[in-house]
Amino acid sequence: MITLEGITKLYLTGEVEVAALKGVSLHIPEGEFIAIMGPSGSGKSTLMNVIGCLDQPSSGRYILDGYDVSALTDDQLAWIRNRKIGFVFQSYNLIPRASAVHNVEMPLIYAGDSQQRRERATAALESVGLLERAGHLPSELSGGQQQRVAIARALVTDPAILLADEPTGNLDSESSLEIMKLLRDLNQQGRTIVLITHEPDIAAFAQRVVRLRDGVIVSDERPAVVTEMAR
Amino acid sequence: MSILEGLRLAVNGLLSNRLRSALTMLGILIGVSAVILLVGVGNGATVAVQQQIQSLGSNLLTVFPSNARGAGGVQQGFGTGAGLTLDDAKAIANRQTSPDVVTAIPSAGGRAQLTYGNQNWNSSLTGTTQDFPSVRNYEVASGTFFSSGEVDAASKVAVIGPTVVTNLFGGADPIGQVMKINRQNFRVIGVFAPKGSSGGFNNQDDVVVVPITSAWSYLLGGRGKNVQQIYVEATSAQATTAANTEVTQVLLDRHHISDPTLADFQILSQQDVLNSASQTTGVLTLMLGAIAGISLVVGGIGIMNIMLVTVTERTREIGIRKAIGARRQDILLQFLIESMFLSGLGGALGILIGFGLARILPLVVSTLPTPVISTPSVFMAFGISVGIGLFFGLYPANRAARLRPIEALRYE
Repeated sequence: MITLEGITKLYLTGEVEVAALKGVSLHIPEGEFIAIMGPSGSGKSTLMNVIGCLDQPSSGRYILDGYDVSALTDDQLAWIRNRKIGFVFQSYNLIPRASAVHNVEMPLIYAGDSQQRRERATAALESVGLLERAGHLPSELSGGQQQRVAIARALVTDPAILLADEPTGNLDSESSLEIMKLLRDLNQQGRTIVLITHEPDIAAFAQRVVRLRDGVIVSDERPAVVTEMAR
Repeated sequence: MSILEGLRLAVNGLLSNRLRSALTMLGILIGVSAVILLVGVGNGATVAVQQQIQSLGSNLLTVFPSNARGAGGVQQGFGTGAGLTLDDAKAIANRQTSPDVVTAIPSAGGRAQLTYGNQNWNSSLTGTTQDFPSVRNYEVASGTFFSSGEVDAASKVAVIGPTVVTNLFGGADPIGQVMKINRQNFRVIGVFAPKGSSGGFNNQDDVVVVPITSAWSYLLGGRGKNVQQIYVEATSAQATTAANTEVTQVLLDRHHISDPTLADFQILSQQDVLNSASQTTGVLTLMLGAIAGISLVVGGIGIMNIMLVTVTERTREIGIRKAIGARRQDILLQFLIESMFLSGLGGALGILIGFGLARILPLVVSTLPTPVISTPSVFMAFGISVGIGLFFGLYPANRAARLRPIEALRYE
């Protein structure tokens, strides 16, 4: 499903080149729920940008669902993001002026699918249990509800992977639990989920935890013990 | 993303900032209405001038005596030529040599002091022949015009314009009354119908017309049997060019001049006057339009300014849209449609306001020529305003489209 081979990413800060990723190789099979952990500065955000096709690696190969992403143009990357990846951000990133259902619909607009757009958006909202809030603006929803709208938006194009970057970072623990259970349910329905987090409690929902430090993978394990909270 | 979708987004975006959108639109609105109004005024002036000139007769040629030229083309000063004579006019009117000429009349005159009772009035005196009304498009409203017999007899009769009737006779019926022209008694035998043109040109209603022979004998003393102009009536407006050639040939023959460049007369057709007047008012229209156009450009810059602000404000939104699959062209289109919608709507409202002002302004400022707004100019104004949105929206939209998604997402 996802194969990263020797991914590096260099940033130029002023005159100095900083390596955010120093050769990351990772394989994520289909249907896996993987958490990528690491302290700030470990390169996990950069890795998430590369996996999410928001940024191109400086070197290395990245194969996503059979597509060699490292060789694509901007517009092709936009297509990949649209069809293959569903984003869930820490700060929800909903369009403030659009209603919940419009937000969910948006990827379909860019996909050029005019057929059953509204039906599919409504179905996605229903799957996250927010059908009755379809007409509300993001500002009229709670944080947890906004994040569920964002998940519905991520799911509406039926992407290959769901990429969640600190999805619970702005939520209280109750809403966090709700969101994580939703993600786990989606994974149990066969959805591949890549979770970026620095909270062990959140990472505990995943089947596999990869730890990054200073741009390299320092551990890659499948914890046998699932924590109390995630149970 | 479809155009319709883009339009929905644009309206949505503009409505979220109503005051700002309205103010931006105002710039274009003022520009377009100024263009519509000022070009309308310019066109109105053109039409007014053309009507004035055409009322003189569009099939009219005027022959003036000009400088005689010596051997080698030496200019000898205005009026040094042999001049024109009554016989020249008669020769021009000959249908044999000039088939495109209906008739030709001589004209001589100047300013004349008219007195009647205790009233006096200074008017324009013309001495001419019996064909004057038909050649110069005058109608005799009451009484009669003088006949060829009265011309031959140098009768002291006069036909006057309505302005003279008003000012000299106080509006009373002047027919049969005897007035004094330069202290000579003349009987009024007819009054012209008003030609209705006034303004920058000589008032065609403020005239007194007498037989040319009488003018020579009693009024233009000392100046001899001089003909100042010959008016030639061509068979039609289209025939003026042919008539011009014929008249030239007749006069060259009569004046024994073989080289046309040495001619001692000049022929001016009403068409020439019309053309040069149209040219002048055309330049006027262009200038008015250009001045108004400047405000349109300023409005366009206003749009660009606001669009740049909008793009900066929505950087994060652009990032989100890109993250979920918007391509460059989708973002470009969204902002272009927004700026074009803004300017197009401003333009449409500007056209309406321009129309309104074109109606109202002549009522307030009576000297203003009635603005004439042509349909193509309306479409052009609308097209230009949309074009301005496109042109000035291009840079901000391109800037939005080029944003990198990660940086845009990080923008606070």
